[in-house]
Amino acid sequence: MRLPCPICGERDLREFSYLGDAVRLHRPAPDAGTDAWDAYLHLRDNPAGRTRDLWQHEAGCGAWIVVTRDTVSHAVEGAQLAAEMRDAD
Amino acid sequence: MRFSALRLLTEGLTGNRGWGPHWRDPAPKSEYDIVIIGGGGHGLSTAYYLAKEHGLRNVAVLEKGYLGGGNVGRNTTIVRANYFLPGNSEFYSHSLKLWEGLEDELNYNVMHSQRGLINLFHSDGQRDAFARRGNAMINQGDDAVLLDRAGVRKHLPYLDFDNTRFPIYGGLLHPRGGTARHDAVAWGYARGADRRGVDLIQNCEVTGIDISGGRVTGVQTTRGAIRAKKVGIVVAGRSGQVAAMAGMRLPVESHVLQAFVTEGLKPCIDHVVSFGMGHFYISQSDKGGLVFGGDLDFYASYAARGNLPMKEHVMEAAMTLMPMIGKARVLRSWGGIMDMTPDGSPIIDKTGIDGLYIDCGWCYGGFKAVPGSGFSFAHLIAQDRHHAPAAKFRLDRFRTGVGLMDEEGTGAQHNLH
Ligand SMILES: Cc1cc2nc3c(=O)[nH]c(=O)nc-3n(C[C@H](O)[C@H](O)[C@H](O)COP(=O)(O)OP(=O)(O)OC[C@H]3O[C@@H](n4cnc5c(N)ncnc54)[C@H](O)[C@@H]3O)c2cc1C
Ligand SMILES: [Zn+2]
Repeated sequence: MRLPCPICGERDLREFSYLGDAVRLHRPAPDAGTDAWDAYLHLRDNPAGRTRDLWQHEAGCGAWIVVTRDTVSHAVEGAQLAAEMRDAD
Repeated sequence: MRFSALRLLTEGLTGNRGWGPHWRDPAPKSEYDIVIIGGGGHGLSTAYYLAKEHGLRNVAVLEKGYLGGGNVGRNTTIVRANYFLPGNSEFYSHSLKLWEGLEDELNYNVMHSQRGLINLFHSDGQRDAFARRGNAMINQGDDAVLLDRAGVRKHLPYLDFDNTRFPIYGGLLHPRGGTARHDAVAWGYARGADRRGVDLIQNCEVTGIDISGGRVTGVQTTRGAIRAKKVGIVVAGRSGQVAAMAGMRLPVESHVLQAFVTEGLKPCIDHVVSFGMGHFYISQSDKGGLVFGGDLDFYASYAARGNLPMKEHVMEAAMTLMPMIGKARVLRSWGGIMDMTPDGSPIIDKTGIDGLYIDCGWCYGGFKAVPGSGFSFAHLIAQDRHHAPAAKFRLDRFRTGVGLMDEEGTGAQHNLH
């Protein structure tokens, strides 16, 4: 698997570290309540198919990116900078 | 049909013509008391103990593929009870005791081999941690022996003891740890359940779960609708999808874990050896292949095959620990879909829906749990209360933060286990 960093271009998987589902971009308010925090921290759609997850180009430019890819075929559709994606959502 | 040495001999001398199928191939009935979704190790053992321990025989196991085609037939077969935390400790201890009587119990050769498991350590700090783990195991009633460097060398003379980065200081030996034949465990439980009247239905994928008024009423499958009073979900890596059929989201992320086997060699590795610092472990199968693996690939995946970087890492760790392995040729590698929870420990619990139960979150360690999980899950389904050794595997522990079981001490967060 090679991931397309929006800044550096397509790079080897080994340059990236993985955080998980992009749900992590949407941190609830501190007083949002147990359900919201549980959903944010623990519960996952865990899709077999298209997913969006957070990776950091750790051994490259250091950017956090959101990769759209398929969990069954490992095909990678594309990636965006996490900061841009969060602001757009 | 009972298996015995005499029977084997007679069959061997008469062309093996007397063996029949080990279980029936029934068509699904329209209704059962209990439906178990998933014919992996845990689903089959659950059905077996429902019939055997609780006298519940109007039970079906629904499997979308063939019995034992999932993780139960893809793992590296290590069986051990060397857990540290309350909750895991008593559960795996109970499971190992069931393993020790399993071949008599099932009249099936599951090739359980208690060859001893050695976890290596490489620093004073790690020695302390392993001594503490060993004491926890002994307190639980299991066995552990702290070996120094010379002690490890006696058992494992072929290791590189003077590796610059990870010199071997010693190891924690768990003499009752070992391996078993994975397929045989699935087949043995399948046969045992079938003989007690359980219907094992293959090529039958569950596509929906019927719920009415907060109660489960049955399932939709590729072979028609089946009504049921109780339904158990035991689908390992597919837990997220099946739970979604009941409107649930789980604290589970599915990841790929790879394993490798070499060509068959003469016996050379007598134990199960685990090199935690290199994320590497190895044993030798009865056929002679060296069976080994490493860590998760570390990204969500349902592909049942991994990527090259983890393969490279595992090979490097193997060469670091035992340079002699460089002469062996790898025959094949494969992957399985692991149901990872945030704290790395499993779930055996009721759901918010009456009559619907779930057993999942086995991460990369559920093979050794096959007997214990089936026993405890059957107890929960039959009696509607938790079985003591598995009582801490609660679904709501993440939500409440109470009773998390994070063996690695890295934090109860996805991507850390
Ligand atoms: C490479 C590798 C190495 C491992 N090594 C070890 C080890 O050394 N020791 C250890 O203890 N554990 C190990 N494990 C973990 C262990 O294999 C699993 O935790 C355990 O097998 C999971 O439980 P199971 O046997 O019930 O799963 P599975 O065998 O995967 O059973 C689940 C079944 O559910 C079926 N299913 C899914 N969806 C549906 C549906 N909708 N309808 C009907 N059926 C469905 C699947 O087809 C499958 O057969 C390893 C795993 C892997 C992949
Ligand atoms: Zn980059």
